Amino acid sequence: MATALSLSHLGSLMRGVRSVDEVGAEERAASLAKRSIKKASKLWALDLAIRCMDLTTLEGSDTPGKVAALCAKGIRPKPGDATIPSVAAICIYPARVADAKQHLRGSSVRVASVATAFPSGQSFTSVKVAEVKDAVAAGADEVDMVIDRGAFLSGDHEKVYEEIVAVKEACGSAHLKVILETGELGTYDNVRRASILAMAAGADFIKTSTGKVQPAATLPVSLVMMEAIRDFVRETGRPVGFKPAGGIRTSKQAIAYLVVLYETLGAEWMTPERFRLGASTLLNDVLMQIEKERTGAYQSGDYFTID
Amino acid sequence: MPAAKGGNGRVEVRKTYKLFINGEFVRSESGRAYRFDGNVNIPRGSRKDLRDAVRAARGAVPGWSARTAMNRGQILYRAAEMLDGRRAQFVELLGSARAAHKEVDDAVEALVWYAGWTDKLAQVIGATNPVSGPYFNFTIPEPTGVVGVVAPEEPALAGLVRRMAPALCGGNALVVLAPEETPLPALTLAEVLATSDLPAGVVNVLSGFRKELLPWLASHMDVNAIDVAGCKPDEVTEIEKAAADNVKRVVKHAQGEMSPYLITAFMEMKTVWHPVGV
Amino acid sequence: MAIAKRQTTELAKQTFEYAPAPESIDHVKIEPRYGLFIGGKMVAPHSKKRFPTINPATEQKLSEVVEADEVDVDHAVKAADKAFDAWSRLAPSRRARYIFRLSRIIQERARELAVVETMDGGKPIKESRDVDIPLAAAHFFYYAGWADKLEWAFANRKPRPLGVAGQVIPWNFPLLMLAWKIAPALAAGNTVVLKPAETTPLSALLFADICMQAELPPGVVNIVTGGGKTGSLVVTHPAVKKVAFTGSTEVGKLIARSLAGTGKRLTLELGGKAANIVFDDAPLDAAVEGIVNGIYFNQGHVCCAGSRLLVQESIAQPLLEKLKLRLGTLRLGDPLDKNTDIGAINSKAQLEKIEELVESGVEEGAEIYQPECKLPERGYWFPPTLFTNVSQSYRIAREEIFGPVLSVLTFRTPAEAVEKANNTPYGLSAGVWTDKGSRILWMAERMRAGVVWANTFNRFDPTSPFGGYKESGFGREGGRHGLMPYLELV
Repeated sequence: MATALSLSHLGSLMRGVRSVDEVGAEERAASLAKRSIKKASKLWALDLAIRCMDLTTLEGSDTPGKVAALCAKGIRPKPGDATIPSVAAICIYPARVADAKQHLRGSSVRVASVATAFPSGQSFTSVKVAEVKDAVAAGADEVDMVIDRGAFLSGDHEKVYEEIVAVKEACGSAHLKVILETGELGTYDNVRRASILAMAAGADFIKTSTGKVQPAATLPVSLVMMEAIRDFVRETGRPVGFKPAGGIRTSKQAIAYLVVLYETLGAEWMTPERFRLGASTLLNDVLMQIEKERTGAYQSGDYFTID
Repeated sequence: MPAAKGGNGRVEVRKTYKLFINGEFVRSESGRAYRFDGNVNIPRGSRKDLRDAVRAARGAVPGWSARTAMNRGQILYRAAEMLDGRRAQFVELLGSARAAHKEVDDAVEALVWYAGWTDKLAQVIGATNPVSGPYFNFTIPEPTGVVGVVAPEEPALAGLVRRMAPALCGGNALVVLAPEETPLPALTLAEVLATSDLPAGVVNVLSGFRKELLPWLASHMDVNAIDVAGCKPDEVTEIEKAAADNVKRVVKHAQGEMSPYLITAFMEMKTVWHPVGV
Repeated sequence: MAIAKRQTTELAKQTFEYAPAPESIDHVKIEPRYGLFIGGKMVAPHSKKRFPTINPATEQKLSEVVEADEVDVDHAVKAADKAFDAWSRLAPSRRARYIFRLSRIIQERARELAVVETMDGGKPIKESRDVDIPLAAAHFFYYAGWADKLEWAFANRKPRPLGVAGQVIPWNFPLLMLAWKIAPALAAGNTVVLKPAETTPLSALLFADICMQAELPPGVVNIVTGGGKTGSLVVTHPAVKKVAFTGSTEVGKLIARSLAGTGKRLTLELGGKAANIVFDDAPLDAAVEGIVNGIYFNQGHVCCAGSRLLVQESIAQPLLEKLKLRLGTLRLGDPLDKNTDIGAINSKAQLEKIEELVESGVEEGAEIYQPECKLPERGYWFPPTLFTNVSQSYRIAREEIFGPVLSVLTFRTPAEAVEKANNTPYGLSAGVWTDKGSRILWMAERMRAGVVWANTFNRFDPTSPFGGYKESGFGREGGRHGLMPYLELV
């Protein structure tokens, strides 16, 4: 189901991926980051940022209580203000999926689970596939897998590809986001290759980072991945979503990602079906900015709940 | 003028002086000659000869400019060797005085000096530029292309060589207008160049009347620069007017100057940018 | 859940069309009329003629400036001549400090300068803010440092200033071109009379104020406004020893002729018709950005613009698809809006020239593409334009359009690319896009152009020499090489 690509074509596919000019990509991203988004378009962008947000907690210390609080925040980010939409999903570890599922029941918020020996991916494929199956069985609507960077960097593209195909199959109807962990790939050329590889293997989304490695999402990395998506869509006709994650903490950053999205993939991608923002602490800043736009007054953290 | 010696009843085999175009010694297409002094017929080059010379020079530019700097240096040095080897002939042409010896020395020295500049110029004149950004940026001198050289009347040999050598050093191809009143050293120098491994067309030497040739050289749209070392002020004015038609570089360095700045007067600076990234 | 859903659908219907984000102009004061800057102060002109300078984006008059006449120009040159002695003898380190001051004040007043530049010339504020003004300041800073190091600049030679430099600059980068002219001239110990372009005099007049603020000795910089006639008076004035001109090849030739026999030193930075060459292994997305930056930057009012796209036939189709898509994202409109990519055409005359050449392209048989693009009602505008099916012989492939108009041609082999790229009387710049290092150098070597951008385009820096081959002019501006035209080496 995942792909029509035969493995014998994988090598030629990888070799055919165009290079990326680092300086050019960074300059383009920097120029887009300078867009000045004001008033109505800013409010629209902030609203969209919430609707596209994968509100995330990925800590060893996560408990049912923590997840419950996060779910409540995700469903109603600003208690008492019905004009603020829910986030797209709550993103958690597999062991917390059942908790989240319970708290999100009846809401539009989806459950996204990281999986496949997150964040390193350094385990057996059989374990990864089993983990995905269990997460989906526990109620995950979406699975955020990591690619095997060790295999990718050693040139074993086939292994990476096969693993994604296997995971995609294990997902069943759950949506698959493939995390490239761009901070470990070393070059934009690799980011672009890994993007094409993941999409060819059946990814519904490609995602920058686990948030556990620095650098996590950056604007130029996102630009490069979006350009890969654009080319992939042009070749195959199959739209693939994009999710930057890690280090996105301010509204200004979030808006910059939306600008790059808008000017690279276009308005069709400005929906939670094709774009997600992975973030743990972004939400309150967005809420404060919305309030600032509405009231004209700069805001204090004391008026926004920490969950 | 060389005396026509015919001792012991020997009848001298006289030399027919010719233009030097595209590596060949040719008569003027016009069939004309002039006698300035003595009994020697000097070819009176025409505007069509000039046209042919420019065409030959243009054709020679790619090959000559693509030679390695060291190779150009060796060829200039070879020209010095050939000139020195014909010292007696040139001394005789120049009048056999002490000054003539000195002049041949000067000419040889100019060739040797500029021969050594070919592979040092880019290091002295070029640059890498520390731009504010992730770019590697460098500037290198490149030949401007076809250069017209109007040789000074005096010194007829050294004056010409001191202008030719720097222009050649940088990789240009030349069209030389020999001094009208003292053309023989220039025409004979062509024989030196013809035996110096200089590719055909790199130097072309025309003799003739300045007023017949200069306007055509100055207005020629395929000439990139013109050295007016041998021109009178009113000629320079006319050349500068005509040169504007294709934005020719008019080189007005002082006569006798020997410097890398004279080499670069016949060159263009090219700056290349490239991003630095992984 | 129901609440959240309703919200989502309501806002989702809207689009991300950027709301207006105009740069504020309340910190900028434009005088209703200006005099001339001569001898260190703004003076009343002798000339009675004035002309308006207008905002090309609104067609509104911004101010009135003087059309300086022979007497005015003579005053200015005499003031410069008078100042030369003291300025050229001033301890070089002091000269440096004045130039450093100019640089700093430009930085301090950057926003004001950017706004004036944009209002007077029509260029997007993001460009005047991020390119023109910072580069102008950087240029003064770079050459300030040279003022007391000239002895180290040219091996085995003693540098001497020339005297009064007469400088005439164009309207495409008014303050930046002023900096390119004035900074090296002052560093070398010359004094200047500068004439800004007819349609963009205001930033130069603001610079006059900066000179006063820097307490630059009177007469070291003089600024006279006017049109071509004033410019001609400046360059032909007998006391002017050095002429520097940036502008069209046509006017450059006129100046060269008018100076014939005068012995004045001359440098010319003229027109161009640069080839931007894309090979089939190029990083395509970067190349698309480079092409866009190459020809649509500053509405294509750039002498080194990459106005001829030479694309390898094997990737012409995907490249053009990408390029057309990208053109659709260019935002044309109010130059003062921080999100504007393409501003107003500088003048009515320039707009007419662009329109005429574009018409010729259509008539000659090229295929025109313009993205959907609403032009404002008032002002001078031209949409980003791309021509395909262009032959080398078409006017749009040979003549400098100086507008946002790209001609696309194809090639099959590197040799063909070189041949087509060099097949022009111009030789200012060239672009090469390929992933292969050896090919970059091979191409760079063969481009008959003063600047070669490989895998980038339209980059400028004060340390980087800039100038043309062939009919694009002679002399270099920028870097150590940029000092040479302002010095006599004895």
